[in-house]
Amino acid sequence: MTRPFGLLAELTYRCPLHCAYCSNPLNLADYRDELTTAEWQRVLAEARELGVLQLHLSGGEPLQRRDVAQIVGTATEFGLYTNLITSGLGLSRRRAEQLRAAGLDHVQISIQADGPTESDRIAGTPSFARKIEAARLVKELGWPLTLNVVLHRHNIDRIADILGLAEEVQAERVELAHTQYYGWAWRNRDALLPTRSQVEQAESVARAARERLKGRMEIVYVLPDYYERYPKPCMGGWGQRQLTVAPNGDVLPCPAAQALPLPSANVRADTLAWIWTQSPLFQAFRGTHWMPDPCQSCARREIDFGGCRCQAFQLTGDAARTDPVCHLSPDHGLVAAAVRAANSDTRLRTYPGEHEPGARPHPGGRTNAGAVAPAELAGTTQSGGQDPAD
Amino acid sequence: MRPSSRPKLSPHVHLIFDQVRERHVLLAPESVLVMNATGAAILGLCDGQRTVAEIVAELRGQYNCVIGEEVPNFLTRLVARWCVELSDD
Repeated sequence: MTRPFGLLAELTYRCPLHCAYCSNPLNLADYRDELTTAEWQRVLAEARELGVLQLHLSGGEPLQRRDVAQIVGTATEFGLYTNLITSGLGLSRRRAEQLRAAGLDHVQISIQADGPTESDRIAGTPSFARKIEAARLVKELGWPLTLNVVLHRHNIDRIADILGLAEEVQAERVELAHTQYYGWAWRNRDALLPTRSQVEQAESVARAARERLKGRMEIVYVLPDYYERYPKPCMGGWGQRQLTVAPNGDVLPCPAAQALPLPSANVRADTLAWIWTQSPLFQAFRGTHWMPDPCQSCARREIDFGGCRCQAFQLTGDAARTDPVCHLSPDHGLVAAAVRAANSDTRLRTYPGEHEPGARPHPGGRTNAGAVAPAELAGTTQSGGQDPAD
Repeated sequence: MRPSSRPKLSPHVHLIFDQVRERHVLLAPESVLVMNATGAAILGLCDGQRTVAEIVAELRGQYNCVIGEEVPNFLTRLVARWCVELSDD
């Protein structure tokens, strides 16, 4: 049995941003009963015993929880490498100093574009200025800084300026990750999927920047799998290297797997060790025995593991099928059709949520203790971020 | 990398002994590198004081398999991964 290296701790799905590609689940109401500080501390102890070495604190916005520094402190005691994945909102000087004292190792801040108008429009709320302030604070306190950028049709042409901004704030790393089309992003896919020429242009800019900045800044470029011939080796294989714990204690092989029709596993009911080694959820797609053809007889089956189970389910309704992104998949036509549609009209489409309410998540904020289901928000107006020029 | 370069671990990484795997591991942002005994021994000497040449000499006495080339090759890979820094003064 392999042991996991990393634990993605989704502390809460609450978030001040309303991005149209949000990776939160659609059914936010199911996650209101969040693990307590003591429960998270127990999870970390079990995770370390199981072999976990890195803790990625994410959400939603993890800083919406008041006990992040306490959780980091416990992780540090156990010898875990800690990584905060944040929008930057809520990273005040006081909290940053608490996190520094608790031993936090690395900070990743999301930005949506290189300037306030675009970034705030995409995030659905004024946030750019605070993100940049937070990035400077991270550097001032001596942390390594990664900027995370989710790429899509509305910001991909700005990649050179985004990298320029990363240089200006002296980020050590930049992750340029194409949108993964699950959940909210799936709903808004037609408006988010870039054109082939946008993708090619972006790749050439990223390649040139990587060469130019060698030794100064690491550029991680996550490929747009809809434009690839083969699928991504999702999570390094199901139940092989990583696990995710959701705000309510559900344990998942990957953060998107909550959408799959599989029996759930929860740290409130079972130990992490049992869940990892024995639970039907983690056994479901481990290894290669479950694979249908063309994967079963494919030479790449141990390279990409059949691609992404969540994508197979999202596109075909059957999580055990070959990821339709693969050109060998019998369902590849589903991806080809989406790509054709994205390229048939190369104009910039309206960003989701600017004209239709309910197209973006509103997972509550600090004043709003629980997560709010998007359906409850239909008819409300978007708060902030509207560009009067649109 | 020159024999006179003085390697040290980047301030952003930790070299720890993982009791679970019973191996040394190098923890960096977004990556975990599991070390073999030679790798752990090399990194253990990367203190910013010793030169590459001194590290090679010191390990030659302990490990038969450590040859001159292996140390700089290993360190070059880690420099490229931002885990090791070199000073050349």
